[in-house]
Amino acid sequence: METTSEQTFRAPGCNIHVIETGKYKTNTIIVKMRAPLEKETVTMRALLPHVLQSGTENAPSAAAFRSALDELYGAVFFADSAKKGNEHVLTFTMETANAKFLHGESDLFDRALVLLSDVLFRPRITEGAFPEKIVKQEKRSLQQRIRSIYDDKTRYASMKLVEEMYQGDTYALPAGGLLEEVEPINSKSLYAYYQKTLSTDTIDVFVIGDVKANEAAEKIKVHLPFKERELPVKTKSEAVLPKEVKEVRETQDINQGKLNIGCRTTITYADPAFPSMQVLNGVLGAFAHSKLFMNVREKESLAYYAASRLDSHKGFLMMLAGIDQKNYDKTVQIMNEQLEEVKQGKISELELKQTKALLKNQLKESADTARGMVEVLYHNISSGVNRPIEQWLNEIDSVTKEEAAEAAKTIVVDTVYFLAGKEEA
Amino acid sequence: MEKTVFDQMNETVYHEKLTNGLNVYIVPKKGFNKTYVTFTTNYGSIDNDFIPNGEKEFLHVPDGIAHFLEHKMFEKEDGDVFQKFSSQGASANAFTSFTRTAYLFSATSNVKENTETLIDFVQAPYFTEQTVEKEKGIIGQEIRMYDDNPDWRVYFGLIENLYKNHPVKIDIAGTVESIADITKDHLYTCYKTFYHPVNMTLFIVGPVDPEEMMAFVRENQDKKSFPDPIPVERRFPEEQNESAVKHRSIKMSVKTPKCEVGLKFPVLDLQGAEKLKYEFAAELLLEILFGKSAPFYEKAYNSGIIDETFGFDYTGERGFSFAIIGGDSEKPEKLSEQIKNQLLEAKKGKHITEEAFERARKKKIGAALRALNSPEFIANQFTRYQFNGLNLFETVPLLETLKVEDVIEFAQKQIDENSFSSCFVEPKETA
Repeated sequence: METTSEQTFRAPGCNIHVIETGKYKTNTIIVKMRAPLEKETVTMRALLPHVLQSGTENAPSAAAFRSALDELYGAVFFADSAKKGNEHVLTFTMETANAKFLHGESDLFDRALVLLSDVLFRPRITEGAFPEKIVKQEKRSLQQRIRSIYDDKTRYASMKLVEEMYQGDTYALPAGGLLEEVEPINSKSLYAYYQKTLSTDTIDVFVIGDVKANEAAEKIKVHLPFKERELPVKTKSEAVLPKEVKEVRETQDINQGKLNIGCRTTITYADPAFPSMQVLNGVLGAFAHSKLFMNVREKESLAYYAASRLDSHKGFLMMLAGIDQKNYDKTVQIMNEQLEEVKQGKISELELKQTKALLKNQLKESADTARGMVEVLYHNISSGVNRPIEQWLNEIDSVTKEEAAEAAKTIVVDTVYFLAGKEEA
Repeated sequence: MEKTVFDQMNETVYHEKLTNGLNVYIVPKKGFNKTYVTFTTNYGSIDNDFIPNGEKEFLHVPDGIAHFLEHKMFEKEDGDVFQKFSSQGASANAFTSFTRTAYLFSATSNVKENTETLIDFVQAPYFTEQTVEKEKGIIGQEIRMYDDNPDWRVYFGLIENLYKNHPVKIDIAGTVESIADITKDHLYTCYKTFYHPVNMTLFIVGPVDPEEMMAFVRENQDKKSFPDPIPVERRFPEEQNESAVKHRSIKMSVKTPKCEVGLKFPVLDLQGAEKLKYEFAAELLLEILFGKSAPFYEKAYNSGIIDETFGFDYTGERGFSFAIIGGDSEKPEKLSEQIKNQLLEAKKGKHITEEAFERARKKKIGAALRALNSPEFIANQFTRYQFNGLNLFETVPLLETLKVEDVIEFAQKQIDENSFSSCFVEPKETA
């Protein structure tokens, strides 16, 4: 397969990773900043990317900034925040057309880098704070964004499950921030926090595209001069195992019930047994040949979606399906039975073969997009292990049925969450 | 096999129309791991009134049947085709739109085997009463899921407002009631009418050898026999230019209201470059009026009536074309009023400046290039373009020739207040 090797450069305040490749029609720069998830900072971190792109010294409003992007042949800039285990990651992405496909353009990459630098290092500041008006607007937008999770029932149900399951653990915090924490934020405190973020977060910068690695790294050092810092030592959190299964039911005026079963496992990405866990999740519910899809959907016609998902950095596994409420007991039973089957090693050769083939396919496919490649690299960087893509593929390949069953045995059901409709259908 | 090189885009397209009428396109992508293949029929949810292959009278079929057929294609006498794709390391899927049904896979290995599986399963229908009944439960849950999705409801609510008779107003999956009437005979009838190779396109994009792949497909098709093709005769009801319903509000279990404004465009008989130009003029107009760098967006955002969910979309397919503008809003009435005003001002020539046009055009060119990084985009959009008599790789060169006058003229001619409509989703009052 086509693998593209990454070159890493050390800069005082960040690591720079460059992937030279000519296969895209665009060049991409990604900045990732991570810090521990905390109730006190999660909402400010969710707000920051939106305030930062609402005005820089050179482009004093959101509209001016957007115009500057459009001028660069629709350079795409976006910023978001996400959880990675118990860490909160801010990602800033700048993607711009490779000038060689355009008539009479040359320095799009450099100009895009300057824009990104403007956002991070030269935001618009008045009297030692972000502009009052911008912060107010973005606070309102953030409140609306948080409220709107309620409107997407599948997402809402997943979020509620995590909240119920991880009480007392910062993992319960939503990456998008807490509604009640938005109001108290002010433009001064936010700016002060941003300064702290800039000087203490763990930062990685990625450049992917038709570039020369050395040159690109030098340019990053000049335009993104993060200061030297002491990086925090990562503390390993102890896995908590539930004593009994918690059942939570909520009712809303909706048509389809959302069943989400949350489980814990001690195996995370950093664990050598992680590939076994991945294979296990594949056999159980990640694909259309998986046990949940075959039994809940194909055999019993109970659901349209029936699957399992794994958060590899937390050891959180979720089984989910959208069902009629009258089928709640039956579906919970089938899902538990399927989990029991994999624990007992009832995995066919075919299931094993199919799952490995699709996991490997996914991994190779992710290397086809700039963002996919960065995500694969970042798994290693953020968890402090080294599992290059070739090795990862081999590890998946060598997982045995017994190893997958061993991984399954670490899974414990913690919470069964059901978002039910008002009327029993 | 003919070869067309698009120099500026650094892409080459290989094409052959096989003897049975199937169009095959191959776009080699060096350096990629993934091969993405789609097998698409020019048949979607709007094709519900037609003369079945071999008959003389028009037949009207139940709503949601094209989508139902798509689901049922995967099940065979010896089990589910997903199983076979999984064994061969491919991730398979399918989708049904207003005008197309596509079957597809992506794979980083066994590309020939998977291509063969794809073609063979779509060309071998197997429907029984029992499997058709079983699917009704699954699709019923799919429909319920969409019923709870406010974005889908506001989108379809608006299309229902815009169209009086045209079947574009019917939900692609149908309703729990309409799919109850579907039988295996219906499925065979639709299959025979719309799945003839002459009505289909196979598109392959990835790190493949074009000669070798084409020979492989040719050989596969030569082994099969198909009846002589009969042109499909479809019938669509007469549709007025005005929107059918001016406004509706849907109450749902949500916290944030949604507001979408739509305008329906008259159906013009354009082909090739003319058609592409029309489509781009529409898209650039929307970007100029409502894009993130437009004064409208800034003003509406600053006054708090929109948030970043605000956006717009142009849809142009055979027999219908419309635009939709909107997003989440705490003040849907106000937003809808302002969107309509903005459109009417544009009709009179306001807002469409040379500067705004130039910015929008550059943005669109960049987006077109970026999209060519994606094999999924290339296959799906190339097929859509091809069914409409267009060529995807002509996008950027054509965009480079477009002028601000084209957009001004489009706004003047195509914006009509009578074709406007709005649809809101609003929170249900809780007792």
